Amino acid sequence: MTTASSCSYITFKLGDELFAIDVVRVREVLDLSEITRVPTAPPYMRGVVNVRGSAVPVVDLRRKFGLPPADDTVHTRILVLELELDGELAVVGGLADSVHEVIELATDQLAEPPRIAMRWRAELIQALGKKGDQFIILLDIARVFASDADLLASAAS
Amino acid sequence: MLAAGYLQTFVDEARELLERIEAGSLALEARPDDREVVHQLFRAFHTLKGSAGVAGVAAIASFTHHVETAMDHVREGRVAVTPALISVVLSAKDHVAALLDAALGGGAVDPTAEPALIGRLAGIAALAGTGAPAVAPVAAPREITDFLITFRPIRTLEVEPADLLDELRTLGQLVVLAGPEAPIWQLLLTTERDERAVRDAFLFVDGSGELEVEAGLRELIADEPGSQPPPGPVAARTIDPSPEATAAPAASPARAAARTDATVRVSSERLDQLVKLIGELVINQSRLHQAAGAHPSAELAGPVEAMARLIGDVRDNVLGLRMVPIGTTFTRYQRLVRDLCGELDKSVELVTEGDDTELDKTVIDQLGDALVHVLRNSMDHGVERPDERVAAGKPARGTIRLAAAHEGTHVVITISDDGRGIDTAAVRRKAEAQGLIQPGELLSEQEAIALVLRPGFSTAAAVTQVSGRGVGMDAVKRTVEGLRGTMSIASERGAGTRIRLTLPLTLAIIDGLLVEIDRDRFVVPMAAVTENLELGRTERAANNRRNLIAVRGELVPYIRLREVFAMPETTDDYEKIVVVSVEGERVGLVVDRVIGSHQTVIQPLGRFYRGVDMFSGTTILGDGRVAMILDLPGTVRTGARHQEAS
Repeated sequence: MTTASSCSYITFKLGDELFAIDVVRVREVLDLSEITRVPTAPPYMRGVVNVRGSAVPVVDLRRKFGLPPADDTVHTRILVLELELDGELAVVGGLADSVHEVIELATDQLAEPPRIAMRWRAELIQALGKKGDQFIILLDIARVFASDADLLASAAS
Repeated sequence: MLAAGYLQTFVDEARELLERIEAGSLALEARPDDREVVHQLFRAFHTLKGSAGVAGVAAIASFTHHVETAMDHVREGRVAVTPALISVVLSAKDHVAALLDAALGGGAVDPTAEPALIGRLAGIAALAGTGAPAVAPVAAPREITDFLITFRPIRTLEVEPADLLDELRTLGQLVVLAGPEAPIWQLLLTTERDERAVRDAFLFVDGSGELEVEAGLRELIADEPGSQPPPGPVAARTIDPSPEATAAPAASPARAAARTDATVRVSSERLDQLVKLIGELVINQSRLHQAAGAHPSAELAGPVEAMARLIGDVRDNVLGLRMVPIGTTFTRYQRLVRDLCGELDKSVELVTEGDDTELDKTVIDQLGDALVHVLRNSMDHGVERPDERVAAGKPARGTIRLAAAHEGTHVVITISDDGRGIDTAAVRRKAEAQGLIQPGELLSEQEAIALVLRPGFSTAAAVTQVSGRGVGMDAVKRTVEGLRGTMSIASERGAGTRIRLTLPLTLAIIDGLLVEIDRDRFVVPMAAVTENLELGRTERAANNRRNLIAVRGELVPYIRLREVFAMPETTDDYEKIVVVSVEGERVGLVVDRVIGSHQTVIQPLGRFYRGVDMFSGTTILGDGRVAMILDLPGTVRTGARHQEAS
């Protein structure tokens, strides 16, 4: 639910970093089920998964964000997202190391991301939030998925 | 004004009349002596005017009256058929199309267009006053009456409504405003016969309903007692008018042979919905089949087999519904070429082949614009101006050939011209200037030609209004690839260019051979499979990296899919080779084992897998697992690249 001054976000972790996506984009969160691999696909594509009769592509977000590879655990989840890409509505899945709660962040709790010293390309990050001690990185999730290229800030230069 | 349902029906009917008018006009331009076409055009405008009047769309009724008057002069022989006349008729057709859109609430109409057209039409009519007839009329002028028929069935009819409508069609041109599925039929009949003949058609249902036949037309008012708009988008319609029952000698044999097949118009959405349901039916049948296999039972075996067969038949039928002959789009291209000839001062004939070739409707819809662009490119950059052509020893009139044909599981569409061909030197220069290639980069002729398909490319010295900045060719390629097809260009300097589009026959459901590789499942399109063989370990080793196997006396190359998929080597002693035919060549695909046949819905891979050309989609298996569907041309290409690299 969105009021004039705050939005709801789903938070998830990749490695040590805590990310957040607008709740409106998230269709559902699935346990890790059998993901069929697609040979010869780019390494950040984990495969496709059957979500109630539809084959949904699954992106390995760790790889996409340039994090060192790690094994799936019992906490690993698939975030099933609905995004507008190239003017069309697309359903796509993203692998997260763990998914946490839905939080509300008011606009005054958000800050502009710093130009430099961020690991990832600035345009992917909508804002930085804070909940208690933890920094939360608010993603422009459509941009994350729209980009085929390396998401690391260093690659952009 | 009219109830919404009537208006839509009228617009649908009118649009079909317009298509016939366009086709007729182009035919008349090619054969100005064809009197039968003149009569057809007159009748079409007459009916358009009449039904517009009945539907209450005064703007169209009053405008088409002017065209009808002009056409009347032509059919009486008072005015000759000239290119100027054809141009006016085509422009009038465009104007009516715009008026139709406006009637539905979409699109504005240029207020200056109509007076200009009426002026031109009046100019033609004025020629009629100039003494001797331009052409002697072949037959005596025919008296035509419009009848508005209202029929309300009270009891079940003794005859099939469709037969009754066919009977009426033998009397003249029938427009069905509300058909037998509505509580009250409303029909518009344009005929040379009298009221007696119309009533006679209803003889056998006399007593089963209330019949009203009115000569002349009036506006249909929406709130008439008991009247209702026809339900949904389904309405009966004629395909072609049948020849008049009082056959006057026609100048040419009936090319528009009477096809009184009754058809039903169904919305694409309903068809798509049906295909989706069929898809789910197929998936569930597959699960049933699997479950039945796991619990063998004599009682189940029969019905399960019967289900499989029946569902297969229903599936084929439904998919057949979406197949449309490509010739329906070809008229549009004739018009396009004609108009461009005028704009560019060139002379080109468009020859079409394979008009009957059927394609999935969705494919045709999406291809339409792409083909327009290819044709524009051909007209603009390919075919030279007449003086240039003659200087080069070619006939002044250029030819563009548009052909469609089935090839196995695909449809091949070829667009070729006899123009100047692609100047690869200029293409290279341009590509270098745009940074698409490195200066001095070595490219084969074919690779140079393919540069034209890169995004953002254009060799036009001046960006012409016709084909723009060359944004077209790469967009065409994307459209074709989006439809899981391929595109190739061949060209010879001075001789011409040929573009080949290869598209799959159906987008929806596939008959496949299910195979297993490293415990994953894959589907090979069944239509391409020629045979299955065994590959033993010793034979594998003996092949010494040459990957060839003898099949019925011929050496066939094979692709080790485990290798291409970067999967570990197999530990089994035996593998299987599935031999497929791809673009005329046989290739073997090495798999762990062959499981069996499998039919189900194809799901496209989506944009994330755009660069993966080995697979054309995915399918959900009976047990819920996902299987990848092999794209055979893509697999062969990848296999070849892999072979070269190793």
